[in-house]
Amino acid sequence: MMFVPGNNPGMMADAHIYGPDSIMLDLEDSVTMAEKDAARLLVYNALKTIDYGTTEMVVRINPLNTPYGKKDVEAVVKAGVDVIRMPKTETADEVRELEAEILKVETEIGRVGETQIMAAIESALGIVNAYAIATASKRMMGIALGAEDYSANLKTNRTPGGAELLLAREQIVVAARAAGIACFDTVYSNLDDMETFRKEVELIKTLGFDGKSIINPRQIEVVNSVFVPTEKEINKARAVIAGIKEARAKGSGVISVNGKMVDRPVVLRAERTIALAVAAGVISEEEAL
Amino acid sequence: MKEASAGTLESGDILIQIAPAQKGLEIELQSSVAAQFGRQIKTVIKDTLEGLGVDNAYVKAVDKGALDCTIRARVTAAAVRATGKDVWKD
Amino acid sequence: MRNTKLVSLEEAIRRSGLKDGMTISFHHHFRGGDKVVNMVVDKLAEMGFKNLHLAASSLSDVHAPLIEHIKNGVITKISTSGLRGTLADAISRGLMEEPVVFRSHGGRGSAIANGEIKIDVAFLGASASDELGNACGVPRSENAKSICGSLGYALPDARYASHVVVLTDDLVPYPNLPSGIRAADVESVVVVDSVGDSSKISAGAIRDSKNPRDILLAKSAAKVVINSGLFQDGFSIQTGTGGASLAVVKYIREEMINRGIKASFALGGITAHMVKLHEEGLIGTLIDVQSFDKVAAENIAKDPSHVEVSAVEYASGQHLGSATHALDIVILSALEVDTDFNVNVLVGSDGIIRGAIGGHQDTAADSALSIIVCPLLRGRIPCVVPHVTTLITPGKSVDVVVTEYGVAVNPGRPEVRDRLVAAGVHVVDIQDLAKKAESIIGTPDPLPFGDKVVGVVMNRDGSVLDKIYNIK
Repeated sequence: MMFVPGNNPGMMADAHIYGPDSIMLDLEDSVTMAEKDAARLLVYNALKTIDYGTTEMVVRINPLNTPYGKKDVEAVVKAGVDVIRMPKTETADEVRELEAEILKVETEIGRVGETQIMAAIESALGIVNAYAIATASKRMMGIALGAEDYSANLKTNRTPGGAELLLAREQIVVAARAAGIACFDTVYSNLDDMETFRKEVELIKTLGFDGKSIINPRQIEVVNSVFVPTEKEINKARAVIAGIKEARAKGSGVISVNGKMVDRPVVLRAERTIALAVAAGVISEEEAL
Repeated sequence: MKEASAGTLESGDILIQIAPAQKGLEIELQSSVAAQFGRQIKTVIKDTLEGLGVDNAYVKAVDKGALDCTIRARVTAAAVRATGKDVWKD
Repeated sequence: MRNTKLVSLEEAIRRSGLKDGMTISFHHHFRGGDKVVNMVVDKLAEMGFKNLHLAASSLSDVHAPLIEHIKNGVITKISTSGLRGTLADAISRGLMEEPVVFRSHGGRGSAIANGEIKIDVAFLGASASDELGNACGVPRSENAKSICGSLGYALPDARYASHVVVLTDDLVPYPNLPSGIRAADVESVVVVDSVGDSSKISAGAIRDSKNPRDILLAKSAAKVVINSGLFQDGFSIQTGTGGASLAVVKYIREEMINRGIKASFALGGITAHMVKLHEEGLIGTLIDVQSFDKVAAENIAKDPSHVEVSAVEYASGQHLGSATHALDIVILSALEVDTDFNVNVLVGSDGIIRGAIGGHQDTAADSALSIIVCPLLRGRIPCVVPHVTTLITPGKSVDVVVTEYGVAVNPGRPEVRDRLVAAGVHVVDIQDLAKKAESIIGTPDPLPFGDKVVGVVMNRDGSVLDKIYNIK
């Protein structure tokens, strides 16, 4: 998941060419208060216009208790975003509040249930409530760690080894697995130290994370090389894609695999898994078909 | 309506400055791609403003290779700032 | 009386027998730091010359003062590989009555050798010269100020011009040998304060591009090279100097080490990256027509397998002995590529001249595989288009186009396409790239060209390829 500042049209226009699984357009920390309105419009128009292909589109909104949060929800839901990332999530109630806002906008535009939620957990209280947050909404697709605020909240600093984050990381993975959703690790900001970055990606893969947040396209290759899909993941992805083909053949809009309904983000991830496996040379292009 | 602006001079962006005017829309455009895209850029600016009900304004646009979706966003932001009427609820 | 060659610039000009209407020539090895062209043309204007033909190997931003000399009738005709900056802008808008003639480096070499361009007086700047005119681009004393390395583009001029004047800012004791420019070809030697601004002659240390798009393009181009079928022990390669081209060398290097493959030679403009691979034993010989940076310029002075070649030996299409004929892979840039694989490296999408043919035509035509690396879009400017603004390199000599949205292969090279597809390269149809660009930026309006011809693009065989019209 690649972070892109929501007020930078140049970066937003071609972020997908680097092949991240998902792009997170940011309306929160990377946008100054004076530019919140302009960034929201930029993100809205970009989502509506730019062909991001199979890239999953996420927008990080401002918290609902700020003057920007609700307008952010209205704009990105109307623009058809795949996932809304809520920052600084601490309780399940906050998730339900967001869910209600989303539903309000979806009802207005007649597209109920399509927008998913990802919760970023960035405080001690949020970590304690991780499972409650993960299970607060059926829209919840994943939870993510935001390490800068979290380590400040713990009254410690970030270190290259990441000992200060160990409990939070494990808690998030455990909560996500118990809830049956995905989990994503925090960003690593030093672009000049690819070695430490690689170690961190290896660590979080071992811990069980589904992916890593990144701030620059140069980090994608490292993440992809660590997260080469396993045979099991490839087979699962193939089953999803076969499900789509079957549904299309039958003319049905509803896709199910092994009796379970499949959402668009799941389809996107399946396609990404196959693409990653091809790119890594695990399977050939013919085998992917 | 008051004077307002939105956007930047960074590559891929456009700076829109908008000011009140008496009669109609006047658009002044500076762009390195004016020869090939000037007409299209002015049309996007005009359509966006008219869609927002802004029929009288002087607009100065300094383009740095922005795509149409960026131009729409910046024009809307400048118009919202100038008129005080947001496009989103409350 | 000994030594009659060492004279003032004015005396050298007088001695040369230069007359109104004749052809004078210059090289561009001092690039953006060049002081020779402006200094000499100022002097010619002062002495009252008119109607001269300026035949330079290339011209750049620094030559803007020529605009005044064109207006005053001192210069009425220009031949060059390229034009940039305000001079290019003024010429694109119709400054000159006679069109500028553009040739590739190899094409210029051929034209000088076969008499198509007859140089009456060549004014050749040199980093060091002795008083008899043995002159070079490398440092030969502690006073060396303006180092450019190879003088490859000046060598045809030195050999074929009727009269040769060497200008130097470092006069060294005889014999300044070995030197590319030989005393036997030189009539006068002029000592000046400075032939070039060393800070603008060449870049200093290697800077790897951190632009993610350059890196993406470079990795993709490297993958093409590695899977082209030509990436075998003893292969040869040439690259340009753009961020992406430089980075390609870095990724190819890794794979050369992995597979234990060595290149026999690298050709053309030599960069610090190439010198590094050469020093590591990964490249045999460096065949250098132009040293692109300080590292290359210093290396050619001391390394016997780093060789200076003339533009004729480098890339002439009319001399079968030229090095491009032995070249396997060339990596080139482009301003525009069209759906017939034609390339434009000279005229911008605004219709204004902003580049140089360089060795583009020559290397694309003669190499076994030519790879163009360019982004699909530069801001709102499309690089893959239905028709190039100006035809510089014909599509039949262009094999592969690498963009951030995929790699297109010339239908004339199906075996290359098959190899790339098998290697997992994202191969796309060039028509789809053009459509993709148009879907993102819209359909551009036609450029407002007038009907005055301001430039003529020559093919390397001496035929006319295209004409450039004035822009309104």
